[in-house]
Amino acid sequence: MISRAWLMDEDPATRAQARAGQAWRLARDLSRNPLAMVGLAIIVLLLVVAAFAPWLAPYSPTEGMLTNRLQPPSAVHWMGTDELGRDILSRVIHGARITLYIVLLVAVISAPLGLIIGAVSGYFGGWVDRVMMGLTDIFLSMPRLILALAFVAALGPGIENAVIAIAITAWPVYARIARAETLTFRRSDFIVAVQMQGASHARVIGLHVLPLCMSSTIVRVTLDMAGIILTAAGLGFLGLGAQPPLPEWGAMISKGRSFILDQWWVATMPGFAIVVVSLGFCLFGDGLRDVLDPRQRSKG
Amino acid sequence: MIRVEDLTVRYGPSTVLHGVSFAVAQGESFALVGESGSGKSTILKALAGQVDDWSGQMSVGGAPITRARSRAQAAQVQMVFQDPYGSLHPRRTVDDTLSEPLAIHGLPDRDARVLSMLDAVGLARRFRFRLPHQLSGGQRQRVAIARALMLSPKVLLLDEPTSALDVSVQAEILNLLKRLRAEQGLTFLLVTHDLPVVSFLCDRLAVLRAGRVVETAPVATLRDRALASDYGRELLARSEGTP
Amino acid sequence: MTLLSVQDLRVSFPRPSGGRVEVVRGLSFDLGRERLGIVGESGSGKSMTGRALMGLIAPPGRVTAQRMQFDGTDLTKLSEKGYRALRGARMSMVLQDPKFSLNPVIRIGDQIAEALEFHTTLSAAARRAKVRDALEAVRIDDPDRVARLFPHEVSGGMGQRVMIAMMVVLEPDLMIADEPTSALDVSVREQVLAIMDDLVRRRGMGLMLISHDLNMVARWCDRILVMFNGEVVEEIGPGGLQAASHPYTRGLIASLPKLDDTRTELPVLDRAALARVNAEVRP
Repeated sequence: MISRAWLMDEDPATRAQARAGQAWRLARDLSRNPLAMVGLAIIVLLLVVAAFAPWLAPYSPTEGMLTNRLQPPSAVHWMGTDELGRDILSRVIHGARITLYIVLLVAVISAPLGLIIGAVSGYFGGWVDRVMMGLTDIFLSMPRLILALAFVAALGPGIENAVIAIAITAWPVYARIARAETLTFRRSDFIVAVQMQGASHARVIGLHVLPLCMSSTIVRVTLDMAGIILTAAGLGFLGLGAQPPLPEWGAMISKGRSFILDQWWVATMPGFAIVVVSLGFCLFGDGLRDVLDPRQRSKG
Repeated sequence: MIRVEDLTVRYGPSTVLHGVSFAVAQGESFALVGESGSGKSTILKALAGQVDDWSGQMSVGGAPITRARSRAQAAQVQMVFQDPYGSLHPRRTVDDTLSEPLAIHGLPDRDARVLSMLDAVGLARRFRFRLPHQLSGGQRQRVAIARALMLSPKVLLLDEPTSALDVSVQAEILNLLKRLRAEQGLTFLLVTHDLPVVSFLCDRLAVLRAGRVVETAPVATLRDRALASDYGRELLARSEGTP
Repeated sequence: MTLLSVQDLRVSFPRPSGGRVEVVRGLSFDLGRERLGIVGESGSGKSMTGRALMGLIAPPGRVTAQRMQFDGTDLTKLSEKGYRALRGARMSMVLQDPKFSLNPVIRIGDQIAEALEFHTTLSAAARRAKVRDALEAVRIDDPDRVARLFPHEVSGGMGQRVMIAMMVVLEPDLMIADEPTSALDVSVREQVLAIMDDLVRRRGMGLMLISHDLNMVARWCDRILVMFNGEVVEEIGPGGLQAASHPYTRGLIASLPKLDDTRTELPVLDRAALARVNAEVRP
C-alpha cells in the first residue's frame, strides 16, 4: 500500500496519507544533502553504540588491571589503556550512553520550557512579555558554563544535577527564538480567525502558535547539542559532572590531562569522540535547517 | 442585525474613528467605502473584537458586544480577510482549518460537515488534505470563506475579499459570496475601495473619510452616480479614471 | 522609430520533477518611443517578460530569443557587465513596492545620486543639482527636504515617486514599469501614473507598463498586448477595449464588475476552453 506514488499524491485521500506524504517529502529533501547524511550517520552510530554498549565493549569500563596501565593503542587495546589499566575503547563506548542521556534529558527539559515561555510572552505581549523576557535576559547575560557551575555547586556534583544545571542555562535561547517567531505572526489573519471562532488562549498557543515555532527550535536544539555535550564535558572535566568511575568523556579527558605529554591517547581518544559527535549534530542540524526553514537557507 | 452607535476608537494618542454610527438590517449587504486611513477596516476589527480601546455601542443580532464575549457569541460573527496568503495557517491542511471551529465548539459529524462545506464553496474534495501553499489564491479564498461559514454565522465581515485576486478569479469569488448570502440568509458587512464591487454585491453603502461617515446611501444612488457628498463624488470620479 | 525589437522571446525554468517549464513562449513585439501596455493575470508571464528584457532572470532560469535588440545593441549577446552599463542609464525598471526597492538606511538624495556616480563623471555639486531636478520632475514640492529623508519617513505614494525620480535621473530611453501602482492607495495611483506619463511624453521615452489592470492600462497606453499562459493572445490598438476580439480578453472585460452593475452573476472564464483555443491556434 505504501508506494512512492501513494506518498507523492498531491491529493491525499486521508489525514494519515497527507501526514505520511509530508514526512516523506521532508526525508527525501534531507537525503539529498550529503553533509546532513554524514551527520545523521554519526548520530545513528552514537545511538547504536549506546544501545549495545555492553555487547560492543571488549572489556569492562570500570575494572582494569594495574599491570596493564597506560598501554599505547594496539591490537589488543585499540585505544590503549588508562592509568588504572582500563580499556579506553570500552570506556568511550560506555561513555556514549552517558552523553546521550545528558543530551536527551537537557533537550527534553529545556526546549519545551523555552518554547512555552517564548510563545506565551510573544503572544500576550505587554507586561507578561516584559517580565518574562527580563527574566530570560538575565539568564542569557550570564556565561553558560559559569552559571552551570554555580548551580552544580549549589546542588552538589553528579550527572542529574549537571543535566538540571545545563537545562536551566539552555532554555533562554529557545525562549528568545520562540518569542521572535511568535511576534512575526501573532497579529496574522489566521490567528485572528481562530480567536474569532472562540478558541481559548491556551488552544491558540498550543495548536496554532507553537507548531510554527517548532521547526526553528528543533533546528536550534540540534545545533546546540554540540554545545550541550561540551558543557557537560566541561563540568565533567572540572569534576562537577559524572563522578568516577563513570566513563564520562569530559571526566576522562580531565584524568588524562596529567599524562598528555607522554601518554597522549588517554586524553585524546575521548576528546576525539566529543569532536565527532558534536560535528555529527552540527551537520545534521544544518541540513535540517535547510529543509525545515527555507527562509534561513544559506544558499540563495 | 448590526448596530453601531457613536463608535470611537483610539490607537495610542491618535483617534482613528470619531463617533461612527450605522445600522445594517437582517440579510442586508452593507458596504463601507473609503481610502486607506479612513478607518473602514477599524470598524471591522472592532466588530471582530480585535480592538481594545473603543467607546460607544455595538450590537449584533440584538446582543450588545462587550469586551468579554462568549463562545456562542463569537460564532455569530465571522470574517473573510483580504490576503488569501496570510489568512491560512501555513502548516495546517484545508481539513485541519475547517475542522478547527468544529473542535472548538465540540460539534459532531466533522467529516460530513467539512465535505459538505467544500461542496458549498465549490472546492473539489480532492483538495481536502492539501496545505495552503499547494493552492492558488482563489482556492485559498474559498477555504477562508468555508472556514468563516463552518459555524453557521449570521454575519460575515468581508475585508476587501477580492482585491488581492486576479480579475477572473474575483468574478468567481464575488459570485460565490452572492450565492451563499442568498442561500444562507447572511448579513454582509463589506469593506472595500472598489466601487463596482459594491455595486455588484451590496444594497447600501457608507462613505468614510478620516474616521467619519460622510454619507450613507442606497446602492442605486451609486449606480446613478448621484452620491450627495463632495467626497463621494470624488471617489466616483476616481473610480472611472477621470483625475 | 523602433527602440526595442523582440522576436520569439522564451523564458524557462527547471521543473522540480525534471524538464523545463516555459513561462514566456515565443513573444514578439516592437516598441518605439510610445507607451506599450502588457496585461495578463498572475502566471501569464508578463513580469518575466519585463525581467528578461532587463537581463534580470538569474540561473537556473533561461532566456532565449531569435532577436532582442535595444537601440542597436543585441541584448542576447550582452555580457552581465554590458547589461550593468545599460541598466539605469539607458533602460530602467520601476517595481511594485517602493518599500522593498529602496535601501532603508541610505538617505533618499544619496540613493538617487548613487546611480549618477556609477554611470556619469559629474561633480558632487552637479549631481546634487540633478537629484534636485529629478525630484522636482516627479512633482515633489520641497526636493531639498525630501532628499535628506530616509525611505521610511515618506508615504507609499511619495516613495514610488522617489523610485521614478531615481529611474529618470539618468534620462533612460526605455522605462519598464511592473505593477507600479498596485501597492499604492487608490487616491495616489492616478497621480503617479500621470507623472510617469508626463515624463515619458516630454522626454520622448519608451514606456512598457506591465499590469493586471485592464482599464488602467487602456487609459494610459497607446497599444496593449494581452498575455495568457506565456503567449500574446491579442494586440489591442488605439481603438480601446471595445475593439478586443479574443475570447480571453472579452472574458476578462466581461468578468469585471461595473459601476452600474445590476447583473445577478458575473460571467466566469472557461479556462479549459481557452486552453483548447490556444492549442488550436498554435502551429
